[in-house]
Amino acid sequence: MTILVNEKSRILIQGITGGAGAFHTRQMLDAGTRIVAGVTPGKGGQKFDDVIPVFDTVAQAVEKAGATASVIFVPAPFAADSVMECAAAGLELAVCITEGIPTMDMVKVRAFLEGKSMRLIGPNCPGLIAPPIAQKLGITPHRVTRPGRIGVISRSGTLTYEAIGQLGALGLGQSTCVGIGGDPVGGMDFAEVLALFEQDPDTDAVIMIGEIGGTAEEQAAKFIKENMKKPVAAFIAGRTAPPGKRMGHAGAIIAGGKGTAAEKVAALEAAGVKVAPTPAELGATLASLLR
Amino acid sequence: MKIHEYQAKALFKKHGIKIPDGGMAFDVEHAATIAEDLIARTGNETVVVKAQIHAGGRGKGGGVKVVKGVEAAREAASKILGMTLVTHQTGPLGKTVGRLLVEQGMSISRELYVGLVVDRETRRICLMASTEGGMEIEEVAAKTPEKILKVWFEPSTGLLPFQARQIAFGLGLLDKQVSKATALLSALSNLFIREDASLVEINPLVLTGDGDLVALDGKLTFDDNASFRHKDHEDLRDISEEHPVEAEAAALGFSYVGMDGDIGCCVNGAGLAMATMDIIKHAGGEPANFLDVGGGADAQTVKKAFKIILSDSRVKAIFVNIFGGILRCDVLAQGVVGAVTEMGIAVPLVVRLEGTNVDQGRQILADSGLKIHNAKDMGEGARLAVALARG
Repeated sequence: MTILVNEKSRILIQGITGGAGAFHTRQMLDAGTRIVAGVTPGKGGQKFDDVIPVFDTVAQAVEKAGATASVIFVPAPFAADSVMECAAAGLELAVCITEGIPTMDMVKVRAFLEGKSMRLIGPNCPGLIAPPIAQKLGITPHRVTRPGRIGVISRSGTLTYEAIGQLGALGLGQSTCVGIGGDPVGGMDFAEVLALFEQDPDTDAVIMIGEIGGTAEEQAAKFIKENMKKPVAAFIAGRTAPPGKRMGHAGAIIAGGKGTAAEKVAALEAAGVKVAPTPAELGATLASLLR
Repeated sequence: MKIHEYQAKALFKKHGIKIPDGGMAFDVEHAATIAEDLIARTGNETVVVKAQIHAGGRGKGGGVKVVKGVEAAREAASKILGMTLVTHQTGPLGKTVGRLLVEQGMSISRELYVGLVVDRETRRICLMASTEGGMEIEEVAAKTPEKILKVWFEPSTGLLPFQARQIAFGLGLLDKQVSKATALLSALSNLFIREDASLVEINPLVLTGDGDLVALDGKLTFDDNASFRHKDHEDLRDISEEHPVEAEAAALGFSYVGMDGDIGCCVNGAGLAMATMDIIKHAGGEPANFLDVGGGADAQTVKKAFKIILSDSRVKAIFVNIFGGILRCDVLAQGVVGAVTEMGIAVPLVVRLEGTNVDQGRQILADSGLKIHNAKDMGEGARLAVALARG
């Protein structure tokens, strides 16, 4: 088993005819992903690469192609609307890759999602990949992944790949890798994804990669302490980041003295999490928990 | 993007919030004229001369003077204009004052605080208010958190009238002050939503002797992600407040933050870029910069990145740390070799590659005949860069 997606998930790509959407659709197909539809308003009736039907709306993709989950590559000004379209059409999951969505739009999205069952991953994230079932919903380089029993959650893209690479070098495959994104307001947070890994019988341990800004890591630490039996390793990026400066990700900023790496490391360690001292030891730190 | 106090106040005024009468000046004579005008119009000799820089703590740093009469205003203006103001928010080098705000003096009966932010935990907009105006709000939050009142609301509804009343009564306002406060709070909340702000602060918001509520100060930061729908905000940008290299990097689609060390970093991805600074520090060195060249970096990117890094003359070594996913390591290695050949980089270069086609990538670097240090992992790369920077 994996989390968030399964073998039967039928994937839809929003923005399939755009540059990034088209490129990554082909990558996802190469990874084995069951893509059943694309959506680009105004291009309904076309076929992507002569195979995948393109629809004007998400509702049509659900009705005619049975889509259950969407990956969003729509440009930032329109991406929040795309997320809400997914929820209204009754999808189970939306994965929003788009970077640069206004925070106010995401606040509106969160209000819209309240009371609806759809889960949101992202935005500004690499999405998720479940190597055991060859389903990739996003942009993670699938050739560095391998099937296995470790769960990966991260706010960063390349640092996720780094973790996957280091785990693989130690012979440790992954059950599901989830990039939750680097924006201040987004979809699922660490604690929510950790809860899914805790329940997943095919995940043995989890590595969690956080960074400065916000309190999601502290909330995760609280969840781990109270609810998790599986071992968790972690890394927090940004120990050397100066306060008040946005470090690439919109959400990676130490504001008003809050959101420092030191606070996060302390909270995680107090919850029994083993925190890697450097980013070169992500894999080794997780492996040390399995012995 | 941050804007100046006088610009924030102009926006407040546009949204119906009272601000002190005054004007902005680039030179001392203009500042004196504004003061003269104010005194003639209001019959009040007291004027305030305020340095306009993108940082708080100006008063403590000597950037704000309350004076009486035109001559005193002129003298204050000539002292403040051109001074290097160092506050807890400017960093040790401080900021040079190039603009002044000259305002009428106010009779103050109470100083309050009002602020709005996007609250990451609740994913809503949070309005905060306090009776402790004029103080550092972080300090109030740390010492007496019960003195900060908070309400949360959504953009679709805006601040609800009962929430505004709850805050107004909570601040101990009475009679007519309550309706003035609720009008101000809803105006400020609408401004926050419509202008895509990420922070708005009035500290202090003063209750004058006449019972008016006036924004004596103003701080406003816009969400950069929303700039596409606020073309008018671009006119408010003050380039002199921006780090020139950061601005140049941003124009290239990079994210750069200057640091004080001597090891230049070139990394793909924000998380890995932060982690690279961390591991340099762990190895006993100091990073010269945070540089995220983006997840989709290509060969051309490397050259541009080296140019940005080397614009800092303190850089004694460069550490390229790339995880090749979609970007293949062989393509990137060719980019590095091309950049080094073309630019003739004088400082030692350490390259650590991992990911897709990593073996071919390392081979290309080894076969280039160039003095490029091939690190087998991030830890070794950091140690090498630190050793080479020491010479």
